[in-house]
Amino acid sequence: MSYDATFRVWRGDASGGGLQTYTVAVNEGEVVLDVIHRLQATQAGDLAVRWNCKAGKCGSCSAEVNGRPRLMCMTRMSTFGEAETVTVTPLRTFPVVRDLVTDVSYNYEQAARIPAFAPRPRDKDGNHRMQQIDVERSQEFRKCIECWLCQDTCHVIRDHEENKAVFSGPRFLIRLAELDMHPLDVTDRRNAAQEKFGLGYCNITKCCSEVCPEGIHLTDNGIIPLKERVVDRRYDPLTWLGSKIGRRPKD
Amino acid sequence: MELERHEYDVVVVGAGGAGLRAAIEAQESGARTAVVCKSLLGKAHTVMAEGGIAASMANLYPEDNWRVHFRDTMRGGKMLNHWRMAQLHAQEAPDRVRELEDWGALFDRTPDGLISQRDFGGHRFARLAHVGDRTGLELIRTLQQRTVALGIDVYMECTVTRLLTGPAGGGGAGGEQGITGAFGYWRESGRFVAWQAPSVVLATGGIGKSYKVTSNSWEYTGDGHSLALQAGATLVNMEFVQFHPTGMVWPPSVRGILVTESVRGDGGILKNSAGNRFMFDYIPDFFRKETAETEDEADRWYEDKKNNRRPPELLPRDEVARAINSEVKAGRGTPHGGVFLDIASRRTPEYIRKRLPSMYHQFKELAEVDITAEAMEVGPTCHYVMGGVEVDPDTEAARVPGLFAAGEVAGGMHGSNRLGGNSLSDLLVFGRRAGLAAAEHALRRIGRTELADDALADAARAALAPFEREGGENPYTVQQDLQQTMHDLVGIIRTAPEMEQALERIAALKVRVANLSVEGHRQYNPGWHLALDLPHMLIVSEAIARAALERQESRGGHTRDDFPATDSEWARTNLVCSRTADGGVALTRQPLPQMPAELAEIFEESA
Amino acid sequence: MTTTAPRGTGAVTPGRGSGGPAPRRATIPARTLRTDRWWLQPLLTVVALLLFIVYATFRAFQNAHYFAEPYISPFYSPCITTACEGDTFPELFTGPTWISPALYILIFPLGIRLTCYYYRKAYYRSFWLSPPACAVAEPHRRYTGETRLPLLGQNIHRYALYAALVINVILFYDAVLAFRDETGEWGHMGLGTLILLVNAVLLFLYSVSCHSCRHIVGGRINSFSRHPLRYKAWTQVSRLNARHMQWAWASLFSVAFADFYVFLLATDTINDLRFF
Repeated sequence: MSYDATFRVWRGDASGGGLQTYTVAVNEGEVVLDVIHRLQATQAGDLAVRWNCKAGKCGSCSAEVNGRPRLMCMTRMSTFGEAETVTVTPLRTFPVVRDLVTDVSYNYEQAARIPAFAPRPRDKDGNHRMQQIDVERSQEFRKCIECWLCQDTCHVIRDHEENKAVFSGPRFLIRLAELDMHPLDVTDRRNAAQEKFGLGYCNITKCCSEVCPEGIHLTDNGIIPLKERVVDRRYDPLTWLGSKIGRRPKD
Repeated sequence: MELERHEYDVVVVGAGGAGLRAAIEAQESGARTAVVCKSLLGKAHTVMAEGGIAASMANLYPEDNWRVHFRDTMRGGKMLNHWRMAQLHAQEAPDRVRELEDWGALFDRTPDGLISQRDFGGHRFARLAHVGDRTGLELIRTLQQRTVALGIDVYMECTVTRLLTGPAGGGGAGGEQGITGAFGYWRESGRFVAWQAPSVVLATGGIGKSYKVTSNSWEYTGDGHSLALQAGATLVNMEFVQFHPTGMVWPPSVRGILVTESVRGDGGILKNSAGNRFMFDYIPDFFRKETAETEDEADRWYEDKKNNRRPPELLPRDEVARAINSEVKAGRGTPHGGVFLDIASRRTPEYIRKRLPSMYHQFKELAEVDITAEAMEVGPTCHYVMGGVEVDPDTEAARVPGLFAAGEVAGGMHGSNRLGGNSLSDLLVFGRRAGLAAAEHALRRIGRTELADDALADAARAALAPFEREGGENPYTVQQDLQQTMHDLVGIIRTAPEMEQALERIAALKVRVANLSVEGHRQYNPGWHLALDLPHMLIVSEAIARAALERQESRGGHTRDDFPATDSEWARTNLVCSRTADGGVALTRQPLPQMPAELAEIFEESA
Repeated sequence: MTTTAPRGTGAVTPGRGSGGPAPRRATIPARTLRTDRWWLQPLLTVVALLLFIVYATFRAFQNAHYFAEPYISPFYSPCITTACEGDTFPELFTGPTWISPALYILIFPLGIRLTCYYYRKAYYRSFWLSPPACAVAEPHRRYTGETRLPLLGQNIHRYALYAALVINVILFYDAVLAFRDETGEWGHMGLGTLILLVNAVLLFLYSVSCHSCRHIVGGRINSFSRHPLRYKAWTQVSRLNARHMQWAWASLFSVAFADFYVFLLATDTINDLRFF
């Protein structure tokens, strides 16, 4: 059940590089990362690739396979024809370090900018009480494995490097949404979402949701609700007025 | 020599649960703290933990308390655990879980709004705080976000290759020998970096990558175990390696990937190719009183735990792994050499998808199996090493002043076998204690010892050696041979002749490792990185094989075909590994610490 | 302090050499390496939306054939001038005869669809190519998204929703009026009645399945457990919201079809199929 596949892999670093073609064996049940590892072990010992769990849980082996942002460990070879050339390139949105490894420090810088979680005090017996229905929305976003595929595919920064200064990317917009919907958190991050993290740059074209390997509905459940919450705070005269005169719960 | 230098009070090696928890505690105790990790922040192996965090919070069963948890842990470890560690662990775990909520963790809830707890093997009550089957991710993300909020420096994709020792405390050459810092390289650039610090916390995880079939990632090369030995510390219980009973077996490329114990905790059962629920044939006397004898009783237990005993599928992992191994050897395995794990016929698809979302996803994506409709094929996979750095239970201090260890890299807590769910609580309890003690140690020191130039130069020379050699062997081949050796000869069932053979092969592999050469240059070169990891893997493998050969009995994660019974003499003995002058492993027998009477009483109460 | 301590901060940038050139991306000249037909989706969207716009514009300006007793075309409802054919809505004023009564109310359906989160995705992608498809480079040099006017105005979507809900009620009212025969007698029904009813239902589902509606009914609160009714409403709207795109297209099609049916009746091209 083994066959030889043609792989084109981007090799190089920040000073330049290009696609190199390899012929490599593929066995039944394998994923793209298996084939990359075989290349490494047999033909290109110094082929740089980032990976860890190989089970779709850590989000390390992000790359672009035939132009689509994917986890290499979750891209089965059986999704390609045996005659099909498989092209593997590094994430385009980030500076390349070497081969398939990119410098994703932009994401860690954004993570550090998010105002930290700030809980209300515990109940008298030392517990926090929350109902399952109240935690579920934020739990969806906490499934995020930080593979940065949404950041990579988002055209706001993918096609406009300069926007990295004003836009945090889908991953951190859903982080803001997560905190804003968190039953215990008491910080209001709505103004910051708009002013500091560039929520307005998102034009909800939903590529982040399309590439998410965890199936998180970033746009529908995270970014759009966050936009609506920002509207409450900034753009809707009625809710604004309502919250001023205390007619609506601020919750 | 080009070298980037930093100075800290506490350097934590490893950014999994234990490392981050240690760093948080150290930083909050006023120590300037850095974390050094081989991967990106948040990718550590802790994310692979699925089931939950064991803590006797008694949210579902008011009868639960730390004594029951302590008892379960000691019995699961076949009484070889360090009693004090097991005690601290059971006592402190609930608080460690609760504080995660203050840092943003969102566990699944009970109807009362408290943290929900689930059943797991070896735990008498439903005790595992969890988030679906991605608890490890929740834990690491929570700690990661806390680490970021505290502004702790994190050196990502940076590997420590040496611990530096010397006259610590600035007392000159006559001062006490101890940790002075650490040396490593940036994976990205291959450049060297050194941290001067009076305290180093090892939190590097395990050793699973020395085995062919493992649930562990490439990072699990036993760095911490090896670094500790090198620095003069000791390892304990290295013969005990846990094979998780349920790893994926098909397709070959995913062989070993973990299938969480929660599948069984939530109702899944094990069947052989004849369709028999074979675990009833493998109930050991030690657990007979607390295990169901009939399928009816086992099935009733899920609903009524008071009047029924646990299904045998939820025996401790060593028992289940051995049983699966025997079934497959007896020819009753599945086509791909495992057994069936069936939850599809026992729970509704909605329940399975809700409780086990990532298992559903994992099988769907990687094996094209719909676990709500078909049984999974599973078999044992190398999962965890109970052995590790010998530490003081209260401070996690190793025998070298300034060196601390927490999490999987530390030994003693789990005895001969770890219960599921106890690793995440272990990380939190002892990560915190290690961070606290490391900070105290550092803040007590007044003077700082400059790192010795010759030691730094030597470390750099050693790291670059594989580039100097031409025409040597490819590191990947050596690694595969080591993995095959450990898999075949020091695996789940062991015999003396096989382990002697393993030691010979390891000796031969050492020679080959000394002659490796790598292609390319220092920038993000995985071949080079592996070449530097291999010596760690070899010394740890040697420690496992030597200790396993020495212990002539079967207990927990150590099963000897030639000594199938437990031995009362060995029940009182720990094996301690240290490094010999020529880089080998020396063993010493050491009496097991004696449990105080008031704790021993717990075991006299009825089961 | 940052999490990645010395990386990219301070004098040296370890891993990238000290003071070297700014980090750069991998050199890949191709605009995309996608091998699938990524252009098909935006193309279909453009074709479908253009067809609708052409048809709707023609019909809105036609100012004729929008009423066939008892049916009024949804393009012309509510018909609010004295010049209106039929008598389905109070006549509010007299406008210039050359202005089609459809134009006074055009803003309402147009408003919700233009600011709708689904349609925004559709037209940003297919008309503005921003981006044309995922991981396909967009042709624009600069991009500011919805951060400034006029696109900042998308944030008033909820007001468009409120207006649309009023229109929804009127269209239901039209459907009720359609349970009459040509003479105005109640208790009758024809194919046109069914079409108007289905159209009213689809348009209503499109409105209530909208993201703003989901937010207003419950999404804005953080403690569902303290507002069980709103939680229930939110759950229902969430279910509809998952199919918002389908409702958007179905209702777009149905409103055009309902208008066309009335057009056919009004021009005597066909006769209404009467059920009873």
